[in-house]
Amino acid sequence: MPIFQKPTLKQGTNRKREMPEGLWQKCPECGEVIHNLELSQNLKVCPKCDYHFTFSARERINNLIDEATFEEFDQNLLSVDVLKFTGVASYSERLESYREKTGLKDAVVTGFGRLGGHDIGLAVMDFNFLAATMGSAVGEKITRLVERGTKAGRPIIVVTASGGARVYEGMLSLMQMAKTSAALARHAQLRLPYFVVLTNPTTAGVMASFASLGDIILAEPKCMIGFAGPRVIRETTHQDLPPGFQTAEFLQRHGFIDIIVRRPDLRTTLTRLVSHLSSR
Amino acid sequence: MKVRPLDFEKPIVDLERQLEELKKHSKLQGVDLEHEVAAMERKIEATRKQIYENLKAWERVQVARHEQRPFALDYLSLAFTDFTELHGDRLFGDDHAMPCGLASLGNYRCAVVSHQKGRGTKENIHRNFGSAHPEGYRKALRVMRLGAKFSLPIVALIDTPGAYPGVGAEERHISESIAVNLREMMLFPVPIVAVVIGEGGSGGALGIGVADRVLMLENAYYSVISPEGCAAILWRHRSHAPEAAEALKLTARDLKELNVIDQTIEEPLGGAHLDHEKAAANFKTAVLQQLDELNKKSKKLLLEERYQKFRAMGQVLEG
Ligand SMILES: [Zn+2]
Repeated sequence: MPIFQKPTLKQGTNRKREMPEGLWQKCPECGEVIHNLELSQNLKVCPKCDYHFTFSARERINNLIDEATFEEFDQNLLSVDVLKFTGVASYSERLESYREKTGLKDAVVTGFGRLGGHDIGLAVMDFNFLAATMGSAVGEKITRLVERGTKAGRPIIVVTASGGARVYEGMLSLMQMAKTSAALARHAQLRLPYFVVLTNPTTAGVMASFASLGDIILAEPKCMIGFAGPRVIRETTHQDLPPGFQTAEFLQRHGFIDIIVRRPDLRTTLTRLVSHLSSR
Repeated sequence: MKVRPLDFEKPIVDLERQLEELKKHSKLQGVDLEHEVAAMERKIEATRKQIYENLKAWERVQVARHEQRPFALDYLSLAFTDFTELHGDRLFGDDHAMPCGLASLGNYRCAVVSHQKGRGTKENIHRNFGSAHPEGYRKALRVMRLGAKFSLPIVALIDTPGAYPGVGAEERHISESIAVNLREMMLFPVPIVAVVIGEGGSGGALGIGVADRVLMLENAYYSVISPEGCAAILWRHRSHAPEAAEALKLTARDLKELNVIDQTIEEPLGGAHLDHEKAAANFKTAVLQQLDELNKKSKKLLLEERYQKFRAMGQVLEG
């Protein structure tokens, strides 16, 4: 079941809107008011409480990849409104507005690059684009990246964030789960390493496919990770949810996550892991 | 067994009542109304045909959810022989929402995995309304591995409103259990046929749905999200489920056109719930025909075609 809305953070997201646009941001976790410049320099991590703000795909790539080594693939691959979906808003209109808002064509950026000197393939999902839901374009770009990685013998790293499947594309979006997992099956057959970095939030169809298949699964602190949304679970089970339910820390306690890594340490950690699992 | 009529079947119900009246009248008054009765019976059949040939997506969803519809275990007793259920995932428990085991279909010894719903409250609680936990998907994986090890074709019977959204399911990593099945099913070197017999609810359905051939019963549905869930998100209210069902293109006819499924299995007129034996016979014919075709292929070709089948799904534009 896909979750479409942004999961609400503990303190409510409306606080941010009270702040003057552009210059300052209020940390949704601790309430600290931080200058944007300081926040950027700190990789969008709150200097007071370590809250990890949403990182865009471009910011992530700049942070991880060795300078001037990123070669982007399928930059202009577009989703299509195959089902001619018209609910309250039409899919075509929504796509158009998100393209304008984010400067992205869809919710994932893929390419080859170097990480600490190692040749890798990288996909980064961007939650700002339609909650990084997976439609045909996202599925196709990730599949092509994995296939290219398989052909070139490269490790693959996917930094995830997603509200799930893209409902507007109906069953074609669900089938992207099978398609991406199939490509990873072939990548794994050649004993090439695959790393997943879960970021806030990663849920539903993406979680139930490539985001769960890493040889090593890392996560940013406190990020929300789950299959079903907490509201749906509460309504279905009439049960109180345990404290910290569906956070990275909760899932690590339950045996799912290898390492929780703070954003400033991600690059070195990934480099070490890639180096350790690469063939010599 | 008295069959519960669906809302859109009201014209049929009305005519059936008239037929009863006629019969009663004929008996009480001692008049011969044989011709009238026959004409009324013909009219009922014609009305049923007319309604069922023009079912809207949302109406099909109602048929797919009918609690008297044949469920997986009905097919296992009517179409298959020698079903031996195998219990448990050897890790945590035995999920009653997913019966799995060994069974024969015609001359094929198969490994079978399925979802099972219940009839009535007690049975539904036992089956968790056909919503499986991670241990269900992991049991299915174990049984499919047996299939791969002993060269048994795999048959999957899909009938679930979705994987279970619960605390335990999340704690035991329902996402991972589905994801691993998607990856592993791509590599089993035996023929796999999946049939959506009722509800094909999202990732929970796909979790046993990666196959060389994906079939659907005529009134089954297969969808990325329930029509009610979609309506709540995109129309802001569940009451818009009929529009959502239409927009999602979740019927066998639509999905055949989108190349998501390979074949539609015809149901008895008025839905599979009216005639379990006929539904099971149609199921058996269709699956056997697919197994005959798949059985001729080399392992290498089988796996390559399975990969390409899913590889081709989706539509994008090269900008
Ligand atoms: Zn803070």
